[in-house]
Amino acid sequence: MLKKILIANRGEIAVRIINACKEMSIPSVAVFSTVDRPALHVQMADEAYCIGNPPPLESYLNIDRIIQVTKESGSDAIHPGYGFLAENPVFCARCEKEGIVFIGPNSKAMKLVGDKVASRQTMTQAKIPIIPGMMSSGKEVKGFKEAAEKIGYPVMIKASAGGGGKGMRIIHSPDELDKGLEAGMREAKSAFGDESVYLERYIENPRHVEFQVLADNCGNVVHLCERECSIQRRHQKIVEETPSCALDEKLREKMGEVAKQVIKVSGYNNAGTVEFLLDQNMNFYFLEVNARLQVEHPITELVTGIDLVKQQIRIASGEKLSFTQEQIKQRGHAIECRIYAEDPENNFFPSSGKILFMKEPQGPGIRHDCGIYSGFDVSVYYDPILSKVVAWGETREDARKRMIQALSNYIILGIKTPIEFLGSIMNHPEFIAGNTQTNFIDMNMSDWKENKGEKRYIHEAIMAAGISSQNKSKSRRTTAKEDMPNPWLTVGKWSLSGS
Amino acid sequence: MFRIESKIDTKSLEFQQNKAELQRLVAEHKEILKKTKLGGPEKDRIRHKERKKLLVRERLDLLFDKNTPFLELSPLAAYNMYDNEAPGSGIVTGVGVVHGREILVVANDATVKGGTYFPITIKKHVRAQEVAMENRLPCVYLVDSGGIFLPYQSGTFPDKDHFGKIFYNQARLSAMGIPQIAIVLGSCTAGGAYVPAMSDEAVIVRKQGTIFIGGPPLVKAATGEEVTDEDLGGADVHCRISGVADHYALNDQHALQIARNIVECLDPSKKFELDVAEPEDPYYDPEELYGVVPRDLRRSYDIREVIARIVDGSKFQEFKELFGPTLVTGFARIMGYPVGILGNNGVLFSESSLKAAHFINLCTMRKIPLIFLQNITGFIVGKQYEHGGIASDGAKMVHAVANADVPKFTVIVGGSYGAGNYGMCGRAYDPRLIWMWPNAKICVMGGEQAANVLLTVKMKQLEKQGKTMTKEEQQKFMEPTLRKYEEESSPYFSGANLWDDGILDPLETRTALALGISMALNVPIPDQRFGVFRM
Repeated sequence: MLKKILIANRGEIAVRIINACKEMSIPSVAVFSTVDRPALHVQMADEAYCIGNPPPLESYLNIDRIIQVTKESGSDAIHPGYGFLAENPVFCARCEKEGIVFIGPNSKAMKLVGDKVASRQTMTQAKIPIIPGMMSSGKEVKGFKEAAEKIGYPVMIKASAGGGGKGMRIIHSPDELDKGLEAGMREAKSAFGDESVYLERYIENPRHVEFQVLADNCGNVVHLCERECSIQRRHQKIVEETPSCALDEKLREKMGEVAKQVIKVSGYNNAGTVEFLLDQNMNFYFLEVNARLQVEHPITELVTGIDLVKQQIRIASGEKLSFTQEQIKQRGHAIECRIYAEDPENNFFPSSGKILFMKEPQGPGIRHDCGIYSGFDVSVYYDPILSKVVAWGETREDARKRMIQALSNYIILGIKTPIEFLGSIMNHPEFIAGNTQTNFIDMNMSDWKENKGEKRYIHEAIMAAGISSQNKSKSRRTTAKEDMPNPWLTVGKWSLSGS
Repeated sequence: MFRIESKIDTKSLEFQQNKAELQRLVAEHKEILKKTKLGGPEKDRIRHKERKKLLVRERLDLLFDKNTPFLELSPLAAYNMYDNEAPGSGIVTGVGVVHGREILVVANDATVKGGTYFPITIKKHVRAQEVAMENRLPCVYLVDSGGIFLPYQSGTFPDKDHFGKIFYNQARLSAMGIPQIAIVLGSCTAGGAYVPAMSDEAVIVRKQGTIFIGGPPLVKAATGEEVTDEDLGGADVHCRISGVADHYALNDQHALQIARNIVECLDPSKKFELDVAEPEDPYYDPEELYGVVPRDLRRSYDIREVIARIVDGSKFQEFKELFGPTLVTGFARIMGYPVGILGNNGVLFSESSLKAAHFINLCTMRKIPLIFLQNITGFIVGKQYEHGGIASDGAKMVHAVANADVPKFTVIVGGSYGAGNYGMCGRAYDPRLIWMWPNAKICVMGGEQAANVLLTVKMKQLEKQGKTMTKEEQQKFMEPTLRKYEEESSPYFSGANLWDDGILDPLETRTALALGISMALNVPIPDQRFGVFRM
């Protein structure tokens, strides 16, 4: 078993991993940038090290420094979380070279699945269904025109080095292509340092269905069923659920087998996710492998009862999977809502600042993975994810109702959050009907506005504030200076015969 | 502490008539105050507004924090003086709140004779600075003044407490670490130029504020040089060239915002710690104060009825209740602050004087603020009392009051006559603040007594000449004295001459006292120190 794990991440995922370490009695080491000194993961870990200035390149992406701290702290493994260095094959290879266990796939597999063009070639050879598209990426605009004709419009431009929607462009006709390529390359360059892009067929109104996979170092591979992640904004998921409304048992089994096949041909180990697009005719296409623990992993944990982080650690320790495919059962339904610091009324623009007050959602079947607290400052430097609310129920409807209840009891003051927006999604007839395609928000929520007219409990809140301010002036008997009542500040408007 | 048992019958005809009379006086006062607060004549106010300047009270509203008290000082100064051409004596002074801290403000009203200084204006300005000094309050001067009102130069210029005292005080206050901040919103000519110049920080408004030792007419007369106000001493001159002002404001609003910002940067004050309790409203309705006070000042009444309607929970820990009963002494709280109260229940005898000295001694020892509720005709007279040493016993009380260095506050709730005024901490005994109720009277003695004394002296003279006076002649002789005493003992006369800090509606007494005590705590209460008590 691993002796000590350094978590090369921050926020809710670092907290999640530290919790798993605590459950397994493995000491945890947090790292932080100067701005994160008061962050929750720093407070929770057994040890914490400052690794640099707030900009990610100087801290959470600073490979040398992280390796150095790993050694200094006597850690024998690194869990990269998601984002930052999680899917960086250079970092992964460096860990291998330094003799540090990287809790994730081996660097070769990571490199393969991370290179979209190479992985498409591999998958094509293995007869995995993929979306028609270019077999090579390019930096020259010239070849793309021909390729686009061959694939057939609409086509999508994608960055070969990236994910997360960065550099993506949908092109409907040849005259949009040049401009789109230019913009896509520019964005890819700034996001990943590599302007290479490629084209593939754009599938309209698809569903985004992914399969969670675990593979140990002895060649055993299981899938833990699917997650439906179709509800996205700016090409990033905000609501996920499992099981998917679109899959029946037969399709699930078929897709699961393909997912396992993908993992096997890639030589992949540890936890991974195989992403598929599912078109309206229930054809599915392999999209990519996410070589990391996913943000939305908790929904899988809730329906399968398997702790993915602990499994990751066990696999990384060299343990064999302790269960077989047949033993994995899905039970009930789980939904996750991601809480970002962003303004759903203003195109999901990031919102930073101090969290003045937070009340966590709770209740039966509610899980709250959270990296913040009342008084915490949300900085501008990092991904604005604050927390995730996950609801489990016997049926989809049970889970949905529990989620609504949780969201309506979830309060974050001081910054903008999409809590109310997510509540509106949960209540939307199309969501209730299970019609969740990737264009859900554009189609159903584009003119959403916060419900200011019917603020709940507004009168109660005003009354409470009034009573509390009234009570403040009558401070209890004390000699403490700050508590001394000062009539200058409590009397209110007053002047000689001025009433 | 026990609650005072009120013995007043609020249903009685007497109570109702008292109430109606005092309410009439309060309403009369409010009416006069309202008119005075308008400032100068309407045409001057309109002209002032046309120049895009704010009226003085509008300026104060912008300066102070919203929804905070303003404890104005002597708003009726110069009332019925100077042909009533100087409402409020052309200046507004008082204590308000800026960024949570108490600030003393002195603001010229340019609609009153161009904001010039009458003799009483200077007295009011200097009194305000005294309040700042005693209570360590940062001073903000809203300057908009043409300097001395020249027809009154002899009463304003050279004496100890004349115009020069203002700048002397600014220097002394600054040396005590009490910030001096001037906001130049209009002219500061001649001596007036020293208000900003003597300040720690000064703000000036562009094309509106001017500062110069000699104005353009004087410059022309002296040197023949022709120069405009703005070129001689406008904001650009003083902020860019001379350095006489530090902050450049675009208009009144901007200047007042800068003033607020300046105060925001000052060190917060540290209040002296008293044993404060949770504030509690009086058990008896303060509104009943109106009916408690007899219409006729000569009628005595129990001062405990007043105390019961001012102090927290109407609770009063009386001291020496059975000794010297014409003076009531005891401990109570006002809005949580501990206080020692002395109130008159009749003429002062030797015993009541000794009791006063003893009680004051308790309060100075324990560092408890003192409140004097004056309703006093004076010390007892007569052979028996002189033989008993009333003079030295009264002196003990006066000595104790004079040397009591705890914050003292005086409210004249009835008569204030003769040495009683001194023994009960009149103006000369440096109470931090002193107010009168609208029914109160202040005079060396009652008009009738004075007229009778004068008549007796006159009759003695006539007797020597072998003459006598008829009843009618006697009445006629007394008439002018009675009239003069009546007029001069009014709270309006007192207020006009700054013998007090203003008239209080009895209902405001509690709040005014609490504000005063809180303000006084900006200065530590020193250990007690007395001189020689004549035994």
